[in-house]
Amino acid sequence: MPLILARRLAQAAGILLGVALVTFLLLHYLPADPAALVAGRSANAQMIANVRHQLGLDLPLPLQFWRYLTGLAQGNLGRSYIQRSEVAALIVARIPATLVLMAAGILVEVALGLVFGILAAVQRNSFADRLVMTLAFVGVSSPQFVVALLLLYVFAATLGWFPMSGFGTLRHVVLPALTLGLLGAGWYARMVRSAMIDVLNQDYVRTARAKGLSWRRVVLRHALPNAALPIVAMIGIDVGQFMGGVVVVEAVYGWPGIGQLAWQAIQQADVPIIMGVTLVSSLFIVMGNLLADAAAPILDPRIRGR
Amino acid sequence: MSGLTERPATTVALAVILLVVLAATLAPWLAPFAPEDQPFDGLSLEGAPLPPGAKYWLGTDTLGRDLLSRLLFGARTSLVIGLVANGVAVAIGMVVGIVAGYVGGVTGATLMRFTDLMMAFPALLLAIVLAALLHPSLWIVALVIALVNWVQVARIVYTETRGLSERDFILAERALGAGNARILIHHIAPHLVPTAIVWGTLGIATTVLLEATLSFLGVGVQPPQPSWGNIIYESQSYFQAAPWLVFIPGAVILATSLSFNLVGDTLRDLLDPTQRGRG
Repeated sequence: MPLILARRLAQAAGILLGVALVTFLLLHYLPADPAALVAGRSANAQMIANVRHQLGLDLPLPLQFWRYLTGLAQGNLGRSYIQRSEVAALIVARIPATLVLMAAGILVEVALGLVFGILAAVQRNSFADRLVMTLAFVGVSSPQFVVALLLLYVFAATLGWFPMSGFGTLRHVVLPALTLGLLGAGWYARMVRSAMIDVLNQDYVRTARAKGLSWRRVVLRHALPNAALPIVAMIGIDVGQFMGGVVVVEAVYGWPGIGQLAWQAIQQADVPIIMGVTLVSSLFIVMGNLLADAAAPILDPRIRGR
Repeated sequence: MSGLTERPATTVALAVILLVVLAATLAPWLAPFAPEDQPFDGLSLEGAPLPPGAKYWLGTDTLGRDLLSRLLFGARTSLVIGLVANGVAVAIGMVVGIVAGYVGGVTGATLMRFTDLMMAFPALLLAIVLAALLHPSLWIVALVIALVNWVQVARIVYTETRGLSERDFILAERALGAGNARILIHHIAPHLVPTAIVWGTLGIATTVLLEATLSFLGVGVQPPQPSWGNIIYESQSYFQAAPWLVFIPGAVILATSLSFNLVGDTLRDLLDPTQRGRG
């Protein structure tokens, strides 16, 4: 087991190194010139060249990448071109807000997915089942920013139940979390339904029913735990989806997380921040997958032997 | 194809897709106004956009342009990007998946490690970065979307090709002296057609959403060329005063993406009998 773990960790490190290299090359070859942007509109060629030298952008490309990597090894993500502060510090300051949003979003997803997935599975092929599955499709087909604006329009602008934007209290979390959660809940509902249908057809469920257990008890205590594995695997994958989605949701709701940081940096071609956020997002994605893999044998003993 | 008519939702979805295709192809004839036209009565006396009414059926935008006309022309943008971007993504995914799955060895392993690497990228973030820094145009947006969307297809095609190449009938064919080209064209490719069809459909839903998102952030298709996403981008600050400018295009985006998802899902059921009835 420790050997497998070590291998998985090495793989994860390799993937992160690859992400760093690809992002580095992409940002280097894209037409935006950070030196020109930092120097400002009125700068002449000499000033731009000076800035380029200051930022180390005139060094040979492999050397630039090496300097970046050695910095990374020391937890140094470089300095923002525009804000002049440490990228690592900027990101660390923003991560708690994003984590709160992510956790709340996943909570909404899993709760809705469980309730509606079980409902659909138990009443398979009924009207309720079809309705839930259709709604699940609507959820996964919805443009996130439109849902964000719709929730704002109804619950903030018209009814005034929640603030339009900002951060700090529980009421600020509700609408962004619903935006993230409502759309993803469809996937969970579909998956819970199909996992439950598989399980409900198995012999031990019939046995449990035959020995006189109530339907509710069979569904919740005997069948549901078997749906835990796909749910956890899905959360692992979902973390990655969220890292992209937070850019949009944080932009609409003015949520001060790393998505907003990235969005501002993208508009200013602030390469070190873009690099940093991409790397941190990839780290989240890789960790999400690793944790899901690690949880699998705990949740399903049948996997342990493999 | 009887399965299609058994599902009322899919029938409606097909009708919606047909409608969008018609809107896109016939936009110049259907649109009551030119999409860039700013008629003198397009704004109220106070300079506000007009709500849906008799002359401007779906109202006008903040520049006084007819929303219906912009939506019709926007259908062109969305559909062209949907078809091109998704077509390219499916093509890249098929090639990578087939080569990695059939050739295997170092080439295959390298390709799949690269695919894993792409899976670890936050796709939307990558697309936003690329689109923003590349000075977005319609084709750039399509290309960016294709570059982040091929990964899933590659993984699925890889698994299928691997499974197929280990089957006995392929071995038999090889023993009979068939070359790689013959095996790939006559025995592997036909089995991958359903995957290509399903992802060719489902992927359009993803693509339409991604284009709308990029355009909404202002890094997609650039105004004045109308796209469903940039119509919302241009009017989002007025969404309280002129909600129709945000929610009518929003509903159009949802209907289109939902329809492609429904049809794709039905196709998957029809083409893969093992999935039937499992939803």
